[in-house]
Amino acid sequence: MVLQLLDPPFQAATSPAAAIRRRTGVGARGFAARWGLLIGFVMLWQVSSTRGWVNPAVFPPLDTIAAALWKGLASGALLDDIAISLRRSGIAFGAAVALGIPLGLFMGQIRAVERALDPVLQLFRQTSALALYPVFILLLGLGEASKVFVIFWATLFPILLATIGGVKQVDRKLIEMARTFGASRLTVFRRVVLPASVPAIFVGLRLSATTALLLLIAAEMIGANKGVGFQVMNAQYNFQIPLMFAAIFLLAGLGLAANIVLVLLQRRLCRWADMTR
Amino acid sequence: MGAHQTFPRGAVRIHGLSKSFTLNGAALPVLRDMNLYIRPGESLAVVGPSGCGKTTLLRVLAGLEAPDGGQVRIDGRPVQGVGTERAVIFQEPRLLPWLTVLGNVAFGFEVRGVPKAEAEAQARQNIRLVGLGEFEDAFPAQLSGGMAQRVGIARALAVQPEILLLDEPLGALDAMTRITMQDELARIWREQQVTMILVTHDLEEAIFLADRVLVMPREKGTPPRLIDIDLPRPRDRSEARFVAMRRRLMAEFGLH
Ligand SMILES: Nc1ncnc2c1ncn2[C@@H]1O[C@H](COP(=O)(O)OP(=O)(O)OP(=O)(O)O)[C@@H](O)[C@H]1O
Ligand SMILES: [Mg+2]
Repeated sequence: MVLQLLDPPFQAATSPAAAIRRRTGVGARGFAARWGLLIGFVMLWQVSSTRGWVNPAVFPPLDTIAAALWKGLASGALLDDIAISLRRSGIAFGAAVALGIPLGLFMGQIRAVERALDPVLQLFRQTSALALYPVFILLLGLGEASKVFVIFWATLFPILLATIGGVKQVDRKLIEMARTFGASRLTVFRRVVLPASVPAIFVGLRLSATTALLLLIAAEMIGANKGVGFQVMNAQYNFQIPLMFAAIFLLAGLGLAANIVLVLLQRRLCRWADMTR
Repeated sequence: MGAHQTFPRGAVRIHGLSKSFTLNGAALPVLRDMNLYIRPGESLAVVGPSGCGKTTLLRVLAGLEAPDGGQVRIDGRPVQGVGTERAVIFQEPRLLPWLTVLGNVAFGFEVRGVPKAEAEAQARQNIRLVGLGEFEDAFPAQLSGGMAQRVGIARALAVQPEILLLDEPLGALDAMTRITMQDELARIWREQQVTMILVTHDLEEAIFLADRVLVMPREKGTPPRLIDIDLPRPRDRSEARFVAMRRRLMAEFGLH
C-alpha cells in the first residue's frame, strides 16, 4: 500500500478503474453531500404532513402513500398499469432508437442530405409533439397507435439530432489518420466515426428517455383507461390522493430507473470520454 | 521489407511537381515545378519559412492532396492517393481516445485486415521500441504529450512502412523531451532502415537527423536548395562541425 502511494503517476496510468473509484469518492462525507438534501426533503414532508403544517388531504403523510403504493402493487392493479405504460414508452423509444441512430449516422456523414433535411428537422423539432397529438389522434384514432406514435415522434428528434451532431463533430484529423493507414470508407466509419459519436448519442438517448416519460403521461391523461399516467388523473378524480402520489412517485421511479440503465451503459461504452474530460 | 528483396525500397522521385490552392478566388501557387530524388533509406529534412509549402509537400507525398501538375513516383510507381508503403506521423499524435496504447498501435495494421492477434503482436514489439512497454493498457488521456507522440510513432512504425513522412512531429514537445525523441528517431531510423522525410522548424533537429536538408524558399520561383550533411553518426550537437553546419544553415535563412 505504501509503495503504491509512493508512486502515484504509475498507479494512475496502470489502473484507470482505481482512478475512477477515487474520483467518485464513496465516503460518508460524499454520501451526506449527495443524499443529504433529499433525505431532508423527505423528512420535512413527513413531519409537516403529520403535524398538520400543510393540509394532509392534499399532501398525505409518506407512510400513507407508501401503503397505497404497496396495496396497488400487491393487488396487481398498479402492476397492470406499469406494464402497459412500459410497453407504450418502450415500443416508442425502441422505434425512435432503431430509426434515429442509423438515420442520424447516415445523415451526419453526407453533407448534402444533412443540409437538405436540416430545415425540416428544425421545424419538426420546434413543433411541440403535444400540439400535434390531436392530429395524430385524427389520423390514428384514440387507441394505442396514436399514443405510441406521439411518444415516438417526441423521442425521435433528440436522438436523431444528437447522432447527427455527434457524427459531424468527429475530429477530421482522426479520419485522415485512419485513411493514411489505408482504411476503407466502411472501416473508417466502423472504427473511427461510430465510436467517436457514442458519447453524443448517449446524450440524445438520455434526453429522449426523459421525453418519453413526459409524453407518456400526457398521452395517458387523454383518452386512456390504463397506465400510470391514467392512474394519476383517475386517483385525483376519485380523490384517492395517496394513490395519486403513489402513481407520481412510480413515474419518477421509472424515469430514474431508465436514466440509471442508460448511465451504466454509457459508463461501460464510453469510459474513455470520462477520462478525456 | 521482406528478406527476399534484392534491392532496398523506398525511393521517392518527385518530378515537375506543382500545387496551388485557391484562396478567396485567387490562385495561390505553393509548389512550382519541383524536382527531387530521395534515395531509399535516406533521411531528408525539409525546412523553410512558415507558409512556404512544407506541409503541402508532405501531404502530396502522403497522397492526401493531389498535385496539379507533375507526379510523385515511389519505387517507380506513380502515387495515387494514400498507400500502405507510406506512413505519416502528424504534428499531433492523433490517437483514438477510446483505444488503449496497444489498441492504437495495432490500429494501423488492423484496418488493413490483418488479424487482431497478429497486429497486436507486431504492436507490442513497436511499443517496446519506443520505450512504452509498461503502458500498453493505458489510455491516451493518461499519457504525457511526449508519450502520446511516441505512441503515434510506434503506430506508424508498426505497419513497417518503406517511407516515413513526419510533419514537425516534435514541434509540440518541450526542449528536453524533444532531444530525447530526436535520439530515438535517429535510432529507429538506423534500426528500421526506412526512408524518412521530416518537416521541421528546428535547424538543429534537421542537422542531427538528416543526410540532406531541403531548404524551401520564401519567394516562389527560386528553386529549393539542398544541403548535404556529411557529418559522422551518431552526431554530437556540440561538436565544432555540427555548430559550423548550423551557422551555415542559419545563413541560408538570412539569420546572421
Ligand atoms: N487547404 C488549403 N486551402 C487553401 N490554402 C492552403 C491550404 N493548405 C495550405 N494552404 C496555403 O498554402 C501555403 C503553404 O501552406 P503549408 O501548410 O504547406 O505551409 P508550411 O510550410 O507547412 O507552413 P508552417 O511552417 O507554418 O507549417 C500557405 O500559404 C497556406 O495558406
Ligand atoms: Mg506545416
